[in-house]
Amino acid sequence: MATSSVSHGSSTTPIYRRFLPILREGLSMIGVTGLGLLALLIFLLPLGYVLATAFKLDSQMTTVGAPLWPAAPSTYNYEGEEYPLYNVPNEDGSTRRLALVHPFRENSDMVDPAKPEEGVFNVKGRWRTWDAIYKFSPNWKNFTDAWDQVNFPRLFRNSLVLAGVGTIGTLISCILVAYGFTRFQLPGKNILFVILVSTIVLPPQATIIPLYILFNKLGWTGTWLPLLVPAFFANAYDVFLLRQYFMSIPKELDEAAMLDGANPLRILVSIIIPQSIPAITAVTIFHFFFVWNQYFEPLVYLLGKEKLYPVSVGIGQFVTTFSTYPGRSAATAVLAMALPAVMFFLAQRQFMQGIVVTGVEK
Amino acid sequence: MSAVTRTNLASVPSRPRVTARTRRQWTYGFLFLSPWIIGFFAFQLLPILFTVFLSFTDYSASSEFKLGNFNFVGLDNYRQFAIDPLALPSMGVTLKFALIGIPLGLIVPLLLAVLVNSRRLLASSLFRTLFYLPSVIPVVAGTIIFGGVMNAQSGWLNLSLQALGITDPPRWFTDPTWAGFALNLLAIWSVGNAMIILLASLQGVPTELYEAATVDGAGPITQFFYITVPMISPVIFYNITIGIILAFQFFVPALLIGGTNGDPQASLLFFPMVFYREAFVFSRMGYASVLAIVIFVVTMLATGLLFYFGQRLVYYASGETS
Repeated sequence: MATSSVSHGSSTTPIYRRFLPILREGLSMIGVTGLGLLALLIFLLPLGYVLATAFKLDSQMTTVGAPLWPAAPSTYNYEGEEYPLYNVPNEDGSTRRLALVHPFRENSDMVDPAKPEEGVFNVKGRWRTWDAIYKFSPNWKNFTDAWDQVNFPRLFRNSLVLAGVGTIGTLISCILVAYGFTRFQLPGKNILFVILVSTIVLPPQATIIPLYILFNKLGWTGTWLPLLVPAFFANAYDVFLLRQYFMSIPKELDEAAMLDGANPLRILVSIIIPQSIPAITAVTIFHFFFVWNQYFEPLVYLLGKEKLYPVSVGIGQFVTTFSTYPGRSAATAVLAMALPAVMFFLAQRQFMQGIVVTGVEK
Repeated sequence: MSAVTRTNLASVPSRPRVTARTRRQWTYGFLFLSPWIIGFFAFQLLPILFTVFLSFTDYSASSEFKLGNFNFVGLDNYRQFAIDPLALPSMGVTLKFALIGIPLGLIVPLLLAVLVNSRRLLASSLFRTLFYLPSVIPVVAGTIIFGGVMNAQSGWLNLSLQALGITDPPRWFTDPTWAGFALNLLAIWSVGNAMIILLASLQGVPTELYEAATVDGAGPITQFFYITVPMISPVIFYNITIGIILAFQFFVPALLIGGTNGDPQASLLFFPMVFYREAFVFSRMGYASVLAIVIFVVTMLATGLLFYFGQRLVYYASGETS
């Protein structure tokens, strides 16, 4: 170790010695990246499974020897008929690709796709022991089945309305509250902020029974109001995120505007909000994911009102049908996660920054 | 108005304007805070107090909530809780889930964060995105996916285990011994948030510390435990807190897979599920309120203990409060 670091770069060392650190660095890079790929493989195994299952027919899952990926048996067209292809073992252990024209028990009539002019010939051996040849063939039947069975347009529309209205409410209320916490000298402000942050710990079970009774009295159960109205009263996560962002905006700008006679609301709208677009984007995405994910509250408040169900509650039944209709269940899961996944890929920078703000700086 | 101004002028010349400004500040400030203050009272503080009130009644949701439709039963609901044949075992299910899930929920994202933070990892931002991806998958879709991938026969997990030479892999969701752990794995799948937060704090550790340690001859493992872990301890602390809160509320995937009985053999009967059954299946709001209070108190106790003991172990950079 010591010699290599001392002699590094000196003209007396053999040339390979100088490449040694680079080589070591390269090897460790390959090692770490390989480790990363292995971890990623394990991590994305469930995703691979659900995509493969969604695109293959259920019959393929029960077929012995069928591949894991969506596939259909390869066939060969001989004189107007389609015949399945098999890898037929020769006596020397190698295999030939042959089409099975007429199967018998101990021998079968085959045709060689490479030499169709030789016609049909008989091959000894049990065809059931031969490996069928498959080709990649994604099948959309599961998606059409799922689409027919569940009213997806309605579920998507419901979730989008819930997310849209809820996001508007969350943005308005959380921006106002965060602004109140950043730009005003108030008695007890710090205590109020501690209370706000500690409401993160509050389990929903502690409040849901009285809220259910209250919303029932108001005639709101069986409507979206119990899910939408609370969004207009701010929440700790989003207020915290916006507050951190607002604090980083220099105060000089709003003081100058104040001297020009702008009132606080005007300062918020024309100075603070235009400078906080990344934080506002993050809150928008957070609320969208929150609504898309929400299961417990819609289940409680909308029980029985199927027309009002969001995606999460609407597809809940598919969890238990997996063993009987794996393909259809998988297709449903893919449909339910497609929109959040696309949104995540489009806005991942703002999204991850938002997570960092709420997590690290607390 | 003028009288007030004059008296104030007499004491301190600059004060009247400040007072008017301060009052304006207060009015506007509290106006801006009012959505949260109203929401806090209407949707959080008063409901909690009301839950405590209900826990002393026998109110059932099958009738409208008004005087005459319920009786005060004193501590009966609490006595019933003590002898409930389901409540205590279900607390065991939740505790087991928490005891496995909280350490896993810290170690796995920490390892992933260290991995994607490594300068030796090629295309690290792609890795970061893909490790995060499962976290945006809705919990219902995630449950469907794990129901499939952990299927005893056709699931890829058991096929992989068999390919690795494990001839008799667990039957996961149909085996009471393994069903809870299978849900731990489902929960671990969405560690993206924790990973991103830990990654950001890893990047915030000053590099001079590592350089100094290298000069002193400390290896990577020593550096990790003597520099990295202490420096990111506030974030580790935050992750454990969030982990405790979520673990004691966890039940939706269990409801989707095992139904309200927590099948197989009540191995997925989490404590919040017993609450859900009592409140919204059997409509026993009075007794369910006791269970809600238990969830509330246990969460508070766990986070309280964590704060009490944890604060001493956490390193905060100088000048930083809280």
